[in-house]
Amino acid sequence: MKRRGGLLTGPYIVWMALFTIVPMLLVVWFAFTGEDGRLTLDNFARLLDYGAVFWRSLGLAAIATVACFVIGYPLAYVLSRETEAVRKSAMLLIMLPMWINMLLRTYAWMSILENNGLLNQLLSFLRLPTLHIINTPAAVALGMVYNYLPFMVLPVLTVMLKIDSSVIEAAQDLGGNQATVFKRVILPLSLPGVLSGITMVFVPSVSTFIISKLLGGGKTLLLGDLIEMQFLGNTYNPYLGSAIALLMMVIVLISMALMNRFGEGEEEVVVL
Amino acid sequence: MKKELIRLVDCSMAFDGEIVLNAINLTIHDKEFLTLLGPSGCGKTTTLRIIGGFETPSSGDIFFGGERINDVPPHRRRVNTVFQKYALFPHLNVFENVAFGLRIAKLPEQEIEERVHGALELVGLKGYHRRRVHQLSGGQQQRVAIARAVVNRPQVLLLDEPLGALDLKLRKEMQHELKDIQQQVGITFVYVTHDQEEALTMSDTVVVMNYGNIQQIGTPVDIYNEPINAFVADFIGESNIIKGVMHKDHDVSFAGRRFDCVDVGFDPEQPVDVVVRPEDIRITAPDAGQLRGTVNSVTFKGVFYEIYVDSPGYEWMIHSTSAPKVGDEVGLSLTPEDIHVMDRPDLFPQGAEAMTMEEIDPSPYDEEKEEAPVQDGDGL
Repeated sequence: MKRRGGLLTGPYIVWMALFTIVPMLLVVWFAFTGEDGRLTLDNFARLLDYGAVFWRSLGLAAIATVACFVIGYPLAYVLSRETEAVRKSAMLLIMLPMWINMLLRTYAWMSILENNGLLNQLLSFLRLPTLHIINTPAAVALGMVYNYLPFMVLPVLTVMLKIDSSVIEAAQDLGGNQATVFKRVILPLSLPGVLSGITMVFVPSVSTFIISKLLGGGKTLLLGDLIEMQFLGNTYNPYLGSAIALLMMVIVLISMALMNRFGEGEEEVVVL
Repeated sequence: MKKELIRLVDCSMAFDGEIVLNAINLTIHDKEFLTLLGPSGCGKTTTLRIIGGFETPSSGDIFFGGERINDVPPHRRRVNTVFQKYALFPHLNVFENVAFGLRIAKLPEQEIEERVHGALELVGLKGYHRRRVHQLSGGQQQRVAIARAVVNRPQVLLLDEPLGALDLKLRKEMQHELKDIQQQVGITFVYVTHDQEEALTMSDTVVVMNYGNIQQIGTPVDIYNEPINAFVADFIGESNIIKGVMHKDHDVSFAGRRFDCVDVGFDPEQPVDVVVRPEDIRITAPDAGQLRGTVNSVTFKGVFYEIYVDSPGYEWMIHSTSAPKVGDEVGLSLTPEDIHVMDRPDLFPQGAEAMTMEEIDPSPYDEEKEEAPVQDGDGL
């Protein structure tokens, strides 16, 4: 049995070794070496110059995550109490944009938010003052929320649907009105879904580069952009790029470990 | 007579046009242990949920202490429920589960502490307050569910098949404990079960239901000894039910023979159901009984043997402490007191003709009882 198991998982193990473990080790190797090929910590010392980019990335990702929670959680709660038919159609609408290419969606937002874009045309038609959104951090945060909102709604909804209706009835039976039942039963029981949602929104938000590039107009430099520049830009420096990537991975791992601790005793947080 | 507490007046319930409760009338008295008994789909759980406030009757009224409570939501009713699958809060420990209702009522911390520990002691879970719910066995979870309900000192405790998920031995223990708890706390219990033995063991009053109708209300003894119709007779304990004709008072014929009986007051030549309890039939020598037949099977049941005897037109079920051999010719003897003659009512109204008596399993837990293989020889 054991041997057969080894045989069956063989292809995946080879795949993982070639495309996950080796590249990871390469990233670590590059992060700790200089252009001359010697081991050095210079790359990490240079990271200090980019402190502002780090904070901006983490800040924008945090804002996007909070916004996704504020929009997504109530939606998931309402949908969990709807009939299956309503829920299914709503889910379809939520998922629909995800099936369209992300680049295309982000370009669409560009043309909406541009100074002479759809939004401002509408505003001036209504004789309202126009807004300057494109190429600001606000536009980047908006793009993040738009792209990653489904990743908050889906895990929260899944967990809420799993809450046994008799547990909710028990809370009503014991004297809980709607607000109390929500506060004392539904909210704590949906926490694992919220934690998954936070992870699934925060992690891609903090490392995105295409959204900030298109909607931030290059003015809102994020970690993802910084890494891209080190590998594809004029400043070609894979050593520094690897160091940034490594640090980011550490940040993500630490935040997920904190999350898992926070949700201890509940179901394990779904990791991307 | 005891004080009336809850009254259901012409309560009907329909889901998607299907009637699950057909204008039932029921009075529940203070401090009574009342059991709603019937096969699945008979409307017993719906009745309980109407009392709990989780369903509003499609028509009819429900009164609590004389006040109409049709539109009072569950959290404002002075009843608490023990749910079928416990429905404990998985994110809270035992203490917080039991304290849930008290915290909502905003009682002082010290009183909460005292009452929770008192309730846990009542259900035999002293010292378990710090455990997490999923660390408990099914029986322990059931006790927490009971403690969580009684700690609020409701006037009525509703129990929806609370012992259904427990094994036979634990279920028997809990039956006695529940009865003790009811007497200790002195509140009304409304208990739902499909297990007739459970109903007979614990109840002051048994309400037998079928197809959304109440068939009979009475004490366990009344229901067992004087079932009102063949359905009740069959559901409460095991029975031989055979079609017959009542010629005149004290004179009935069934199984191809005339019998003396004690029943009176039927129309001349009225078609009836004749019910004979399996423990009332005596096995005799082939020519000594009123009926004769061949032994078909003998099953050891612990206290008695369950014997099936094939006689022309009917296969009789007999419970006896001694067993004949399979294939033996035997006689069956009945005294007039053993024969119960009943009206043959329209048992299945609202077009529910699909189900016959045989399809209604009167004691769903039978298969769990240990069955020894058929024994040859003369038995004990």
